[in-house]
Amino acid sequence: MYAVRKELGCLESHEFRAMAEGSSNEDPVDGVVSNRTVNLAVSLTLMAVASVVMISSYRLGAGWAKDVGPDSGYFPFYVSLIMFVTSGATLLQHLFSRRPDGKGSFIARGELVMVLQVLIPMTIFVVLSIYVGIYISMTLFIGFFMMWHGRYPIYKTIPVALAVPVALFAIFEVWFLVPLPKGPFEAWLGY
Amino acid sequence: MDAFFSLMHGFDVLLTPVNLGYMVVGILFGVLLGFLPGVGGANGIAILLPLTFSMSPTTAIIMLAAIYWGALFGGCISAILFNIPGEPWSVATTFDGHPLAKMGRAGEALTASLSSSFIGALFATIMLTFLAPIVANFALDFGPPEYFSVYLLTFCSFVGMGRQSPFKVISSMMFGFAFASVGTDEITGGLRLTFGTETLLTGFHFLIAVIGLFGIGEILVTIEKGLQFEGRSAKINPFVVWQTWKKLPKFWVTIIRGTAVGIWLGVTPGGATPASFMSYGLAKRFSRNGAKFGTGELEGVVAPETAAHAAGTSALLPMLTLGIPGSPTAAVLLGGLLIWGLQPGPLLFVEQPDFVWGLIASIYLGNLVGLAIVLSTVPLWASIMRIPFSIIAPIIIVVCAIGSYTLSNAPADLIFMVMFGGIGYLFKKLDYPLAPMVLAIVLGGRAESSFRQSMIGSQGDLSVFWSNGLVGSITLLSMIMLFWPLISMGISSLMVRLRGGGLKPAE
Repeated sequence: MYAVRKELGCLESHEFRAMAEGSSNEDPVDGVVSNRTVNLAVSLTLMAVASVVMISSYRLGAGWAKDVGPDSGYFPFYVSLIMFVTSGATLLQHLFSRRPDGKGSFIARGELVMVLQVLIPMTIFVVLSIYVGIYISMTLFIGFFMMWHGRYPIYKTIPVALAVPVALFAIFEVWFLVPLPKGPFEAWLGY
Repeated sequence: MDAFFSLMHGFDVLLTPVNLGYMVVGILFGVLLGFLPGVGGANGIAILLPLTFSMSPTTAIIMLAAIYWGALFGGCISAILFNIPGEPWSVATTFDGHPLAKMGRAGEALTASLSSSFIGALFATIMLTFLAPIVANFALDFGPPEYFSVYLLTFCSFVGMGRQSPFKVISSMMFGFAFASVGTDEITGGLRLTFGTETLLTGFHFLIAVIGLFGIGEILVTIEKGLQFEGRSAKINPFVVWQTWKKLPKFWVTIIRGTAVGIWLGVTPGGATPASFMSYGLAKRFSRNGAKFGTGELEGVVAPETAAHAAGTSALLPMLTLGIPGSPTAAVLLGGLLIWGLQPGPLLFVEQPDFVWGLIASIYLGNLVGLAIVLSTVPLWASIMRIPFSIIAPIIIVVCAIGSYTLSNAPADLIFMVMFGGIGYLFKKLDYPLAPMVLAIVLGGRAESSFRQSMIGSQGDLSVFWSNGLVGSITLLSMIMLFWPLISMGISSLMVRLRGGGLKPAE
């Protein structure tokens, strides 16, 4: 079972953990950061978010308002109160837990590089499409991704990077009449 | 009998060229989305939802539901041939499906899994046809306290039935509720949690959350391993299909059990993924071949697939009758209903019979057509799967971005999508469940207003949730679900004590 789990990577890791109970996490070889640290950081962040929501809802009124019943802030206040408590419990669990799986590595160096190699270009693509339109930025994004990630030669990259925007344009703007973000280039073309 | 005539009327609605055409388009889209890792039913439907804005609601729901059936079918192709579950609910299919493919019996495995999916869906649909009108009729008398108690049960069930840490389940759920509260307060009309920014005035749209959490998050988790596909070829022909079909009746116990598990977990918000695991686990324990599970048993493919498809289908029952989706994908369909201007809930059966029965009829036909299409086109999908991930991944991301933007033409939604993608990645890796969060974002507003209306009605007296037998028993059941982790801990420690301690109770 463990072999299956390793082969499949992290897709729905909890499912595998349930199936392959008892098996420990990946070896902490080359780990950048441990599962425990990330768990602590995430529960602290959730507690911080909960505090912000609590304060904001309390100012809005989290009690009983005349004629309105529970006030605007009532629901978010108690929701974030519960969130604060349960995230606090998770925090304490990981702080004092002696279970071995907490020491496992959250991500290996190579994996982190892979994730950042997708996350950073994706963020640039998204921000760029707000300013220059989605067609230009997707051409650049797909082209960049294929050449850099897949190491495709330029004569294979260009047809794909051009065909996808054209196909999407046909589907969205022409067939289903749904406008996508456009920039100066599309305006120059008359759209 | 009424249900039968209504169903016939539904087929009448469905059998127009336009509706049938979009159903087939939907199935093809769905299979494509289902077998690609990184896009699934929920976020695939979310992405394609804007395409339906110009259609009639009936055509739109038929196409979107067809995407769902297609995705349910598609997930098992990549699971069996490539050992990569295209969908979380096909993870259990890989356990026996891929070993079969390695032995050169991929055709058999595919036929068995697709056919048993179909059987599971068929039984669930029959259940839906005859039970849904009854539930809807019953729910017509529901007031705010009844609705709130049903919401409570929905959310408490996540705690009781989830395998993750209950604290993480609740944190994730409450995070969702907090997202749902941002923007305009539906009752007073005042603003809240906008922190003075204009972008937050309209709040977070849950479809952005779905696309980010399930789409972008999944891509990030997938890419981490630098996917290398190593596929097995599938020889599938009518002879193999026929030979496999002859073997299926032997597994009737597994099929019935899988269907029952699936229907149960689909109606309660367990969803297809736990259903498939539970059915696989039960089959392993009770089958005579149980010990050989994991090495390539046909029965090990039948068990999870029946349950997954039955759960996926029956998740529509609470969605249609109460407006409470039983799975994230059903939640997205519910979001579609709201966008097309339909009010989900029991009145839907009275006011929009064309819509409801057209949809139910399309489930029967969609699954049949889906089975035929997928069985005959397996090699085509397998060849698409050989396109390297460095081409597929950016296209998936681009399509996710388009889906987010077209929802309300708001550029900020693109940023939110990336943000939810990050949350989805972290939560997935740390075992925070995503389904409760999505459902909380979808239902947050409605749960809150039903609570506040109950409170206004009762002048702030919480005992309104115990005021009659119906509301009281639902609330009680919710409390049992909420404290189930504690209750089961108590039971198992009691068992240990009874056995004289020291022994770990068998799970």
